[in-house]
Amino acid sequence: MISIKNLHASIEGTEILRGLSLEVKAGEVHAIMGPNGSGKSTLASVLAGRDEYEVTEGSVDFLGNDLLDMEPEDRSRAGLFLAFQYPVEIPGVSNINFLKTAINEAREKRGEEPMAAKDFLARVKEKSKLVELDGKLANRSVNEGFSGGEKKRNEIFQMAMLEPKLSILDETDSGLDIDALRTVAFGVNQLKTTDNASIVITHYQRLLDYIVPDFVHVLYKGRIVKTGTKELALELEEKGYDWIIKDLEEVSA
Amino acid sequence: MEVENAIKDMTAKDSFLSHFDLLDFSFDEEFSLDARNEAKELIQWLDFPTSKTEYWKYTRVNKITKGNYKVAAPENEIEIDLSVPTKNCVVLINGYFSEELSFFVPQEGIEFSSLSDAKKSSNVLKEHFNSLVKKDEIFAVINSAYHQDGAFMHVAKNVQAEEPYYILNLVDDENVVSNPRNFIFVEQGANAKVVLKTISTANSGSFTNMVSEIIVDRNAHFEINKIQDEATDSFQIATEQVTQADDSTFKINTFTLNGAIVRNNLNIDSLGKNTMTYLNGLYPLKGKQHVDNHTYLLHREPNGESHELYKGILGDASTGVFNGKVFVHREAQKTNAFQSNANIVMTDTATINSKPELEIYADDVKCSHGSTTGQLDEEALFYLRARGLSKESARAVLVNAFASDVVDMIGVEAVKDEIEKYIDDNYQGIK
Repeated sequence: MISIKNLHASIEGTEILRGLSLEVKAGEVHAIMGPNGSGKSTLASVLAGRDEYEVTEGSVDFLGNDLLDMEPEDRSRAGLFLAFQYPVEIPGVSNINFLKTAINEAREKRGEEPMAAKDFLARVKEKSKLVELDGKLANRSVNEGFSGGEKKRNEIFQMAMLEPKLSILDETDSGLDIDALRTVAFGVNQLKTTDNASIVITHYQRLLDYIVPDFVHVLYKGRIVKTGTKELALELEEKGYDWIIKDLEEVSA
Repeated sequence: MEVENAIKDMTAKDSFLSHFDLLDFSFDEEFSLDARNEAKELIQWLDFPTSKTEYWKYTRVNKITKGNYKVAAPENEIEIDLSVPTKNCVVLINGYFSEELSFFVPQEGIEFSSLSDAKKSSNVLKEHFNSLVKKDEIFAVINSAYHQDGAFMHVAKNVQAEEPYYILNLVDDENVVSNPRNFIFVEQGANAKVVLKTISTANSGSFTNMVSEIIVDRNAHFEINKIQDEATDSFQIATEQVTQADDSTFKINTFTLNGAIVRNNLNIDSLGKNTMTYLNGLYPLKGKQHVDNHTYLLHREPNGESHELYKGILGDASTGVFNGKVFVHREAQKTNAFQSNANIVMTDTATINSKPELEIYADDVKCSHGSTTGQLDEEALFYLRARGLSKESARAVLVNAFASDVVDMIGVEAVKDEIEKYIDDNYQGIK
């Protein structure tokens, strides 16, 4: 699905990612954890195509495409989805209308007919139910006046509407109470198939009780320094990151 | 030095006025001729504004006044689609009334005609004509002196207009100067909507100096939608003089789509008790367009409410000016006055000068004013693109969203469609 090799990226001259490599296959869920400032959100931003970040080295292959060479919209159309850590409020832009435009532009690119209004509305109904997003919210301006939980549910709703191949959830759980977290996780799990994959970036092991990962990676100083299974997340929750950092320093010393 | 300047200015003014030397006003009625003579007298004491004239600080009129114009009676063949969604339309060509192109099926209680026809018969016109125009505004006074024709509307007491009435002002030749003059009187309890559209058939270098007098009587409701869409190299100065009696509602929506230099003088000099006033404007500018919206609103009596919303989208090397003044008189207690000007500057070469002003002499009022200028929200742009919208679509979506609260104020469906289509077409919009 995606193959990240030796990725180096910097912002305003400061290198954040320092040789990150990661391979995600269809049907897999990968969790990325790590202390503050380790580069978790930078990874999400670079993959989604935020242009403040400069990639200085490395490569990313996404379904046979050179991802780093693509515009953000082309990445989305190719099947990449980023659930934002901080979803943007866009007054005056209807959630539904913009999704319809997004879906139809993607279809047009693939040489398909625009989606019939009836089918579109049916999908809206089905998917908003999945994340318990109030029908009224779906019709309102994008994220305007939404609570934190509603914003995150809206992200998963949009993900469901766009049916991506690879979803990157950037700290989707931060700030959510347990009910909202369950709803979001339920949505993500329902969308899981053998053909798609997710990268779940999180600070807290709690999310991984609900979205069970196949692999857990620890990101530190811009590189993946440890990889394990879901048990690693529990160990991190219990012992923190210091033991890993200590191990690393001993190795390099 | 001063003397020399005076002579130079006089020459510019005289040379401009000489364009009207050949006009024949023998058709005119006595009260109107009196108004012309009074105006000509006033002109002698007035000069074109300069950079030192505060009211015109950001707009140079040299380019406008130095044009080599002609006064041109309409040609017969008009090659433009004049279809408008109404049964009532006054068509003016180069400031003259076009009998062939105009059409009328006014409902009972509504008089709608050319101004010159109304001058012959309307007592309302005779009584109120030229009563609102400021005597120290040279362009308005020039219009009083030299207008050829215009539109007249009189809505009788309690009459509800069933459809919008259209006034189309067309410039159909090059370098034409015209002074269209409109008069609208909406009587007590009546309700009407007007669309005032200025267009041209070709690139023209023309100057349209339009004046509209609007009287909204007690408890009456009136809405005017002004669409300014003349040629890219044309000039326009449009003056609306409005008075509102007690309990009345007045709404004006100004859409400036084209024109090299466009100046709007919107003066609501008298507001009765418990009035409601909406002033809205949208200026999506391109190229080297210069658009200047001046508004003046005087709350003279208590319990009035006014909402002013002007929005600009400034592209290329365009310049926008917003100068809105709300004056709350000592007597005008419980006034609610809200004024807002927001601008999106799309390029490094576009400019906006924004000056919202409140002058308040009453102590129990709610007033606010604000001005914002910024670029398109980069975060929002990225968010939309990350969901698969092209850069162009994302921009169009954001521009549409920005303009939407002004567009939503339009009470005439056809105008709403037209403005939405304009934005879609010009910012690569999507349906």
